[in-house]
Amino acid sequence: MSTFDVVVIGAGPSGITAALTAANRGLRTALIDEQLSPGGQIYRNVDAVDNGMQTILGPEYLHGRTLTTRLQHSTVTRIQGASVWQISDDLEIAYLQAGVSKTLSARHLILATGAMERPSPMPGWTLPGVMNAGAAQIMMKTAAAVPSGDVVLVGDGPLLLLVGKQLLDAGASIKGLIQTSPIAQAGKAMRHLPKALLAPGYLIKGLRLLTHLRAGRVPFFRTDEAVNILGSDRVRGVSFIHKGQRIELTVDTVLLHHGVIPNVQITRMLRLEHRWDVDQQTWKPCCDGHGRSSNPSITICGDGAGIAGALAAEASGAIAGLDACFALGNLSEGERQKLVRRPARAHRRQLRIRPFLDTLYRAPEWLSAPLDETVVCRCEEVTAGQIREMARLGCKGPNQTKFFSRSGMGPCQGRMCGLTVSSILAAENGVSIEETGYYRIRPPLKPIPLLALSQARVARSAGTERNSQPNEDPTHE
Amino acid sequence: MFKLIESDAPQRRRICEIFVDGEPCQAMIGEPLAAALLKANCVPMRYTPVSGAPRAPLCMMGVCFECLVEVDGTPNVQACATPVREGMHVRLIHGARSIGQLGGAAQ
Repeated sequence: MSTFDVVVIGAGPSGITAALTAANRGLRTALIDEQLSPGGQIYRNVDAVDNGMQTILGPEYLHGRTLTTRLQHSTVTRIQGASVWQISDDLEIAYLQAGVSKTLSARHLILATGAMERPSPMPGWTLPGVMNAGAAQIMMKTAAAVPSGDVVLVGDGPLLLLVGKQLLDAGASIKGLIQTSPIAQAGKAMRHLPKALLAPGYLIKGLRLLTHLRAGRVPFFRTDEAVNILGSDRVRGVSFIHKGQRIELTVDTVLLHHGVIPNVQITRMLRLEHRWDVDQQTWKPCCDGHGRSSNPSITICGDGAGIAGALAAEASGAIAGLDACFALGNLSEGERQKLVRRPARAHRRQLRIRPFLDTLYRAPEWLSAPLDETVVCRCEEVTAGQIREMARLGCKGPNQTKFFSRSGMGPCQGRMCGLTVSSILAAENGVSIEETGYYRIRPPLKPIPLLALSQARVARSAGTERNSQPNEDPTHE
Repeated sequence: MFKLIESDAPQRRRICEIFVDGEPCQAMIGEPLAAALLKANCVPMRYTPVSGAPRAPLCMMGVCFECLVEVDGTPNVQACATPVREGMHVRLIHGARSIGQLGGAAQ
């Protein structure tokens, strides 16, 4: 098994930058990533994107090539197409690559596992034809494809507007954009406008997107309650209340988006401390100013540490890379202080827009309190009503509802319902979401074939309880 | 459900043939299998083991597990994370498997 000074998990903007920073200081560095090529979701397939899509996706997407090129010419050991399924207490990392489980070991670990779109439970959201807006963008990046029928966009936020513009440019037929962020948020967001004006270019970009969509004659709607997605075997339309009137649109594809949230699956499995971020309405791992988590051997960077966007992720990757160097004694405190100044400044500049965006595009209340008949756990098909019923029967937290209903126990392992189930239980029990807690995530982090598991070298897992035997050999086969 | 956009350099697209439930179907080498299936209008892409409900990919980035298919005999593969290869055999999942019905790998 190879040992590295630093192992970075996730090859998006923060992971690439973190790996480059550590490698440039002479540390033996590996970068493990699930995709076959680096870039993460934001720069997915950036090195091989279809010609016809380059103009549509734009220079901000192609910027990713500056990162992938630097990575190519670096000493970083790149491990692509690898799904991490377990990390032991002594930082032995097990991953599945082409059906075979392999391990490597790290002296310091950097997590750059990024974000996912906030789940948007509403009636009918399990129907074929409903996708996340980011998924439609991935179709453009990886397959040069757009929806062939009529499309409606539901939700709010910069990514939804961007995907709308890109789809329009690529020739999709958009029948409407249904905004769901509460209108009162616009007033509240104004308070953060002065700071937002100091952020580089974001407001202008946002206004351009809106103008572009309006010029493309996309009808704008706004609703204060859940949108009903209609259909039986696949989507046939949506029904919603706009200005007191029920409106029905006939469409083939519904694209949902309510912002992005840190993907906490790996940080939860590692039992790192998390806190509830009220402004971003999500969990995030607790980190110090350098990204160091509650485990001194683990640093977190990028959107996985809190949503800030791709450019902020790049800066935070540099900060995390320096933190790993410092943790391993490659840098003194003073040297780090000097070197961190530049990326820290860049990071702060990027963060200035967040209070404005987080307030303006706050997810609506109804999203975390779905109607009783709405499926919240898509894998095990558990409804919001069933979760509420279990709360009335005495379930305090999501690990109890798991036992009674299997919610969170399907193939996605709670990724799609964790946030919603905890929110419903907190509301129903009248306690805070912190007190309600989150699913206990255990390895394997991703499903692994039994054959690969049986051939894997077994190490003591971070996700299982500690064995009390004092002399247990953690390296046994 | 999806269509390929027009390109001024279509020769750069490496088209190949894959098989979905035995039927030949065109795809681009290296694109995510789930994307190829969406372009081939394989929707619903699967029926759930719990209630037989119809589903199709939601996230395209490996978190929702709605795109599970059988690839070359291996069941429950995430099609969004599987690049298309020439001649791959895909089977769509129709509900839960019953006892005695083994995946292609074991046959």
